[in-house]
Amino acid sequence: MNAKETIARRIAREVKDGFYVNLGIGLPTMIASYLPQGIDVVFQSENGMLGVGPPPAEGEADPDLINAGKQPVTEVAGCSYFASEESFAMIRGGHMDMSVLGAMQVDEQGNLANWMIPGKMVKGMGGAMDLVAGARRVIVAMEHQTKEGESRILKQCTLPLTGMRVVHDIVTEFGWIRVTPDGLVLTEIAEGIEPAEVQRRTEARLTISPDLQAMLVL
Amino acid sequence: MNKVVESAEAAVADIAPGSTIMLGGFGLCGIPENLIAALVKRRITGLHTISNNMGVDGFGMGLMLEAGMIASHIGSYVGENRRLEKMVISGELNLTLVPQGTLAERIRAGGAGIPAFYTPTGLGTIVAEGKETRQIGDRTYVLETALRADVALVKAWKGDRLGNLVYRRTARNFNPAMATAAKLTIAEVEQLVDPGELDPDHIVTPGIYVKRVVVGESYVKPIESAFIKAKQGGAA
Repeated sequence: MNAKETIARRIAREVKDGFYVNLGIGLPTMIASYLPQGIDVVFQSENGMLGVGPPPAEGEADPDLINAGKQPVTEVAGCSYFASEESFAMIRGGHMDMSVLGAMQVDEQGNLANWMIPGKMVKGMGGAMDLVAGARRVIVAMEHQTKEGESRILKQCTLPLTGMRVVHDIVTEFGWIRVTPDGLVLTEIAEGIEPAEVQRRTEARLTISPDLQAMLVL
Repeated sequence: MNKVVESAEAAVADIAPGSTIMLGGFGLCGIPENLIAALVKRRITGLHTISNNMGVDGFGMGLMLEAGMIASHIGSYVGENRRLEKMVISGELNLTLVPQGTLAERIRAGGAGIPAFYTPTGLGTIVAEGKETRQIGDRTYVLETALRADVALVKAWKGDRLGNLVYRRTARNFNPAMATAAKLTIAEVEQLVDPGELDPDHIVTPGIYVKRVVVGESYVKPIESAFIKAKQGGAA
């Protein structure tokens, strides 16, 4: 199982029956494929849809039916459509149980940076700033280090922020890290890695939970 | 009352250079293809556009950009347009990025007579720089101002001659809010129906907001993810 799949499978276990969830583009979208059997979850897409279904079969894409990543999707029974201002009213208004996003950097205060690298072309924040400001629980799903082996979990973000003190949990292929008022706490650890090794690969200071659990994936 | 105009060309014939124009759509989904094409034929310049995205190279608002018509743009995500990138870097185009929900609410507010509002979005980020903030209860909010435009070009699925509109699937997006926030709203519809045919309970945009209705002649409706992949494949 590769890193992204490990992360997606672990977060899928955190999605509970009855949740309304927004999944970001990329890795977070994979979570929908690994949901536990028998739970009823409604996926929101911020371009104006509740009840997002899987991608359509080849040749059956409807150009009027896309997700926020501009990919064709299908509808599940009971889905609904609405305009952008209403979509963000439900996001900002605290109606989403969970928002899962990717990140470039997260820090000890739960600050998130995922939209801009100064000096490079800025493509825009899209809906990310509203999602992190409004969702009841914000989970960052990302690989622990950059391709160059640098920590993405820092004492303090160096890139421009997407949100200040907005992240509740960070999930990487190495484990589950909770953002608490006392800093970052490693609560679950993946198979095959020791807590000291996770800390060595993390710039931010991690407190190892006295109740540290194995990170189970489905 | 008959708001139907005979062609997209006639519908946009009096839009002045330098106008502020809102354009509906999310990526290439739900964009007024025919109105954009008619505007591109006129090649008016100095336009200030407000739209969530900026089309892609070779389609949608990308065509307006290529024709040198746009002076400034307000949007939330412009990642699919390389020409835009060059123009922003060279200073030919003034780009303002706004969080998507803030953009939608600023337009809604513009149409609803609300001059400004407080939002939690963007607090502590560069989006809030230079803006008034205020603590209400236990949270701090950023003051954002309403957006209005001279013209809104929107796309609906069905409409009648009174300007009542309904949309289809996720092609709704920014269209209904923009329809309310401009002095002149022009709606492009796929199907023109007789008054009374649309269930009054289902009308999303009541006709009061719409000044002109035009029937789109043909639709390409590219799916953006596939369109970009095909273009990249062709260029390789």
